[in-house]
Amino acid sequence: MMQFMLLFSRQGKLRLQKWYVPLSDKEKKKITRELVQTVLARKPKMCSFLEWRDLKIVYKRYASLYFCCAIEDQDNELITLEIIHRYVELLDKYFGSVCELDIIFNFEKAYFILDEFLLGGEAQETSKKNVLKAIEQADLLQENIDFQMRLFAGVMIPNMTSESSGLFQS
Amino acid sequence: MPAVSKGDGMRGLAVFISDIRNCKSKEAEIKRINKELANIRSKFKGDKALDGYSKKKYVCKLLFIFLLGHDIDFGHMEAVNLLSSNKYTEKQIGYLFISVLVNSNSELIRLINNAIKNDLSSRNPTFMCLALHCIANVGSREMAEAFASEIPRILVAGDTMDSVKQSAALCLLRLYKTSPDLVLMGEWTSRVVHLLNDQHMGVVTAAISLITCLSQKNPDEFKTCVSLAVSRLSRIVSSASTDLQDYTYYFVPAPWLSCKLLRLLQCYPPPEDGAVKGRLVECLETILNKAQEPPKSKKVQHSNAKNAILFEAISLIIHYDSEPNLLVRACNQLGQFLQHRETNLRYLALESMCTLASSEFSHEAVKTHIETVINALKTERDVSVRQRAADLLYAMCDRSNAKQIVAEMLSYLETADYSIREEMVLKVAILAEKYAVDYSWYVDTILNLIRIAGDYVSEEVWYRVIQIVINRDDVQGYAAKTVFEALQAPACHENMVKVGGYILGEFGNLIAGDPRSSPLVQFNLLHSKFHLCSVPTRALLLSAYIKFINLFPETKATIQEVLRCDSQIRNSDVELQQRAVEYLKLSSIASTDVLATVLEEMPPFPERESSILAKLKKKKGPGAVSVTELEDGKREGGELNGGSDRGPDAAAMAASNASTPSPSADLLGIRSTAPVNTAPPSTGSLLVDVFSEAGPAAPSAAVNDDGFLRDLEQPTETSDPLLVEGSGDSDSAPPSEDPAPPLSEADELLEKFVCKNNGVLFENQLLQIGIKSEYRQNLGRMYLFYGNKTSVQFASFSTTVSCPGELQSELNVQSKPVEPLVEGGAQIQQVLNIECLTDFSDAPLLNIKFRYGGALQNLTLKLPVTINKFFQPTEMASQDFFQRWKQLSQPQQEAQKIFKANHGMDTEVIKAKLLGLGMALLDNVDPNPENYVCAGVIQTKGQQVGCLLRLEPNAQAQMYRLTLRCSKDSVSRRLCELLAQQF
Repeated sequence: MMQFMLLFSRQGKLRLQKWYVPLSDKEKKKITRELVQTVLARKPKMCSFLEWRDLKIVYKRYASLYFCCAIEDQDNELITLEIIHRYVELLDKYFGSVCELDIIFNFEKAYFILDEFLLGGEAQETSKKNVLKAIEQADLLQENIDFQMRLFAGVMIPNMTSESSGLFQS
Repeated sequence: MPAVSKGDGMRGLAVFISDIRNCKSKEAEIKRINKELANIRSKFKGDKALDGYSKKKYVCKLLFIFLLGHDIDFGHMEAVNLLSSNKYTEKQIGYLFISVLVNSNSELIRLINNAIKNDLSSRNPTFMCLALHCIANVGSREMAEAFASEIPRILVAGDTMDSVKQSAALCLLRLYKTSPDLVLMGEWTSRVVHLLNDQHMGVVTAAISLITCLSQKNPDEFKTCVSLAVSRLSRIVSSASTDLQDYTYYFVPAPWLSCKLLRLLQCYPPPEDGAVKGRLVECLETILNKAQEPPKSKKVQHSNAKNAILFEAISLIIHYDSEPNLLVRACNQLGQFLQHRETNLRYLALESMCTLASSEFSHEAVKTHIETVINALKTERDVSVRQRAADLLYAMCDRSNAKQIVAEMLSYLETADYSIREEMVLKVAILAEKYAVDYSWYVDTILNLIRIAGDYVSEEVWYRVIQIVINRDDVQGYAAKTVFEALQAPACHENMVKVGGYILGEFGNLIAGDPRSSPLVQFNLLHSKFHLCSVPTRALLLSAYIKFINLFPETKATIQEVLRCDSQIRNSDVELQQRAVEYLKLSSIASTDVLATVLEEMPPFPERESSILAKLKKKKGPGAVSVTELEDGKREGGELNGGSDRGPDAAAMAASNASTPSPSADLLGIRSTAPVNTAPPSTGSLLVDVFSEAGPAAPSAAVNDDGFLRDLEQPTETSDPLLVEGSGDSDSAPPSEDPAPPLSEADELLEKFVCKNNGVLFENQLLQIGIKSEYRQNLGRMYLFYGNKTSVQFASFSTTVSCPGELQSELNVQSKPVEPLVEGGAQIQQVLNIECLTDFSDAPLLNIKFRYGGALQNLTLKLPVTINKFFQPTEMASQDFFQRWKQLSQPQQEAQKIFKANHGMDTEVIKAKLLGLGMALLDNVDPNPENYVCAGVIQTKGQQVGCLLRLEPNAQAQMYRLTLRCSKDSVSRRLCELLAQQF
C-alpha cells in the first residue's frame, strides 16, 4: 500500500501532498523536509528507488516537478513508477499539456483527479478514460453555473519560469 | 497562467495564489497571508450571509494557505456547511477541506458524519463517491464506528454502480486497516470474493486490494479466492495486447491488476488442486517467456509494466520455493537484468536475487553471477545499487567463494560510502567467521577490517576476535605475531590497540622467543600508543601490563615504574588511578605463585550466539542475514536461578548445589552460565611457558572480588553456533536406550524435598532441574524446569515419569511431553498432574534423556512426591489430641525411632520443618514444652488417614525420639522413615 505521495519542485517547494496513513502535521513536515532533501540530492542517472526508514521510495522527475511515492516493503517498485506516470498522463489529458503552474493554480483539481485514481493508497481505477470521465462528469454538473466565472479565470502572471514548461516536454 | 482552467475558475483564488508567488521574501508572503486570513475571518464573521460560491472560495484559500505550511484554526464550520450544498463543486471543496484538515472536534465529527450519511443514501453515484472518498481519506475511528456496517452493504448490493463499488471496496479496506475490530465479517465476505469475477476490470482492481488484506488476516475464510485469482490471471496473461482496451497500458494487458493478483496469491501456499496449480504454472511460464520476446514498444512504460509483472511473478515463485525449474529460470532472467542498461532493473535484479540465493534450488544458479555482482560493487555509480550488490554478495556467500567475496568486500570498504560502512564491516566479520577454514585467515581478515575501517568496527567485532583467539589455541601464536606486526604501523586505530593489548597480554609469551618481539619490545610498542588512547583503552592496557609482569618477570621493574609515575597513580580518572594503584601493589606484594594464579590465562568463553549477528539483526538491513542463521533467539535468562518465582531457600539450595562455581562468571559479567570447558586452560602450545612452575592454577575465586582485571572482562554475549559445524545433531528420534537406574544420590535429593515444595532438585555441568509444586486434597501439580546450562542445544530431549511396581496402583502421575530441543541457555517447563489413589511408600521415577554434542545423556531421578504432601493440617486441643493418641494404641499403628540429630537442634528450624511437613503444629498440648506435637489427615482418593506425631528432642544427648501414630500402619512406618532423615 502506498503510504504517501509528494509532488515538489526542483527548488524544493511542495506542490501536492497526499497521505494515506495518519500522521501528525509535525511528522508530515519532517518527512517532507527529509525526503525533498534526499531526492533532490540525487543525480539524474541514478536509480528511481531508494530505501528510506522501513519504506521504499519511488520517485521520478517530470520537467520541473518531482513525483515521489513511499511504498511498503512488499510493494512493487516498477508498477509504482507507472502509477506516477499514469497520474501525470491524467493531469496532462485533463489540463492539456500540463505544467507545474496548472497544479499550483488548480491544486484542488489535482487532488480530485488523484482521488479518482488512487484511494486509500491503492489503485482504484487504472483506465484513463474512466477516471477522466468521472472528473468531467463532475465538471459538467456545474458547467452552466460557472460558465460566467470561467471568463475571468485567466490572470496574467509575470516572470514565467520553468514551471510553465509541460511536464512531458523535458 | 495555465492555458486552461477547467471547471469552476475561482478568480479570487487565482489572484491570491499569484500574489503569493510574487512575494519576494518569506516575510512578504507571511504578511500577505495574514492579510488574507484577516479578510476571510471578517467575511465569515460578518453579518451578511455568504453565498455558496464565496464560502467555497474562502475555504479553498484557507486550504491553500494550510498546504503552504501554515496553521489554520478556523473555517471548519464553513467547510462542513459546504458539505450539504447541492452544488457539486461546493460539496467537493468542502470534502477536500475536511479530508486534508480533519479535526477531531467531536461536535464537528457528528456534523460531518451526518452529511456523509446523507450523501451515502442519496443514490446519486457522484455524491456517494465523494462521501466514500472522504471516509477513505480520513479513516478515523469515529467514521469506522459510524460506517463500518453500512459500507459492506453498499459494496455487495446488486444495484450499486461500478464506480461506487470501487470506492466502497477501498474505503472498507481503509476502515479495516484502522479499526479491524469494527469491520465484522459476515455474509458479505463470500460475495466480496466473487468480485474477482466481476466484468468490470476497475471493480476487480479495487476489490482485490481489499481481498488481499482480508485474506492475510483470515486466510481460511477467503481461500476460495485462489482459484478465482488464478483463472482471472490466466485470462489476462493469455489475452492479446489489445483485448482489454483501456486496461491495456503500453501494450501490456492490465499490469496493475496482474501485479495485484500475483500479490494475492502470495498470501497462500501453492494451490493443492492439480488443475489450478497447472494453470498457474502455465501463467508463470508465459510471463517468463514474454520477458524474452522483443518489446512491443520502445517506451520505458512498456518495459516497466511488463517487468513489474515479471518481478511480481518471480516473488511468487520464490514464495512457493517448490518449483526448481521456475526458480532457475527466474534466476537466469534476473542474471540478464544484472547487465541491463536500465539502472532500475539492475537494482531490482540484485534485490530479487538476494532472496533467490537463500533457496536451495537456486543458490547455485545465483552463485554463477558472482563476477557480475562483484563488478557491480566496483563500478555502479549509484550507492543504493552498490549496497544491493553488497547484500547479494553476502547472501550468495558460502564456503566455496568466501575468500573471494570477503576479499572483494574488504577492498570495497576502502572506498565505500560512509553510510554503509558499519553494515559492511559487520557482514565481513560474520562471513569471515562463518566460513573460516583456517583461523589465521580469520584473524588476518578482522585485523584488516580494523586497519581499513577502524572507526566502523563496533565493540562486538573486536570482542569477537578475542573470544575466538582465546577459545582456539591453534591460532593464538599467529594472532600474537600478526597483531604485533600490525601495531608497528605508525598510525594504527585505537581498536587495533585494544585487540593488541588484550592478545599480547594473554599470549605475548608465544612470540617472546624472537628477539625482535622480546617482552620489552612488546611492552614498549604497546606503551608507545598509550598516550594517544582514550580512557577505556588505557585501562585495558594497564591490565595488559600487569599480565606482562606475570608473563615476563624481566619487565616488572619497567612496568612498575610506569605504574608508579604520577600520570598513572595520580590520574584524575578514578578507574585508571585505581588500576594503577592496585596493580602496582599486587605486583609488589604478591608472590609469583599468587600472581600466576590471579593473572592466569583467561578461560575459554562459553559458546553462544555471535554478538555480531545480533547486532546486524538489529540493524535489519535488507537481506542482511538470512532467517535460518537467526533462528537461535531466546538464549538468555534461561537458567532457573534467575527465575523470579523461586523461594529464598531454593536460591540458597542452588548456591550450595552449584557443583563447580565458575571462577570467571562474575568477573566476566557473563550471566552465571558456567563455561562449557572447565578444563584448565591450555598453556601456550608453541613455546614453553616461562612460568610453567605456576602449574595449572586453582580457581582464583578469592581475588575476584577485588575487581581486578575488570576490563579484561569480555563481552557478555559470545560465540556462535555457526562455527560448531555439525554439532546441530539432526537425529530427532528419541534415543532408544533404556532408562538409566536411579542416581545413587536420588534418595538424598528426594529427602531435601520432604519438608518443602520448591527448589533445585538436581544440577550437574549440563543440566539444572528445578521444581515448584502445590498440593490440594489428594491432588498435586508439579512444575519441572529443565535448564540447559551450556550454550549448545540439547537434542532429542525427552522425559518419562514412571511409577515402578506397586506405586502404579497407588499414584497416578500424568505428564505432557516436552519440546525435543532445548536451546543453549534456555529453560523449558513441564507440568505434572499427580493424584494420590492410596497411601504409598516409593517415589515415582523421572528419566531424562537427551543428546549433548552427540553423546546420549541418560539419567534417572526420584521425584520428590512423598506421602506427607497430601497432608491436611488438623488443629485440636490438648484433650482431643491425647484422646485420639490413646485410640491409636495398637502396636502396628505406632512407629517410633530414636536417632541422633543430623542437623542443629534449633527450635525455629525444627518448627519450620514440621510446618513444611504439612501437619498442624499444636502448641500447649504436650506437658513438656520442649516437645513438638502435630496432627494431620492424609487425603487419598480412597480414604483419609489420620496421623499424630510427637517429636521429643534431647539437647544434651543430641538425640530425638520420633513417634507416629496413624490410622493406617503403613503410613506410620513410611512417615517415620521419611522424617528421621530430616532432623
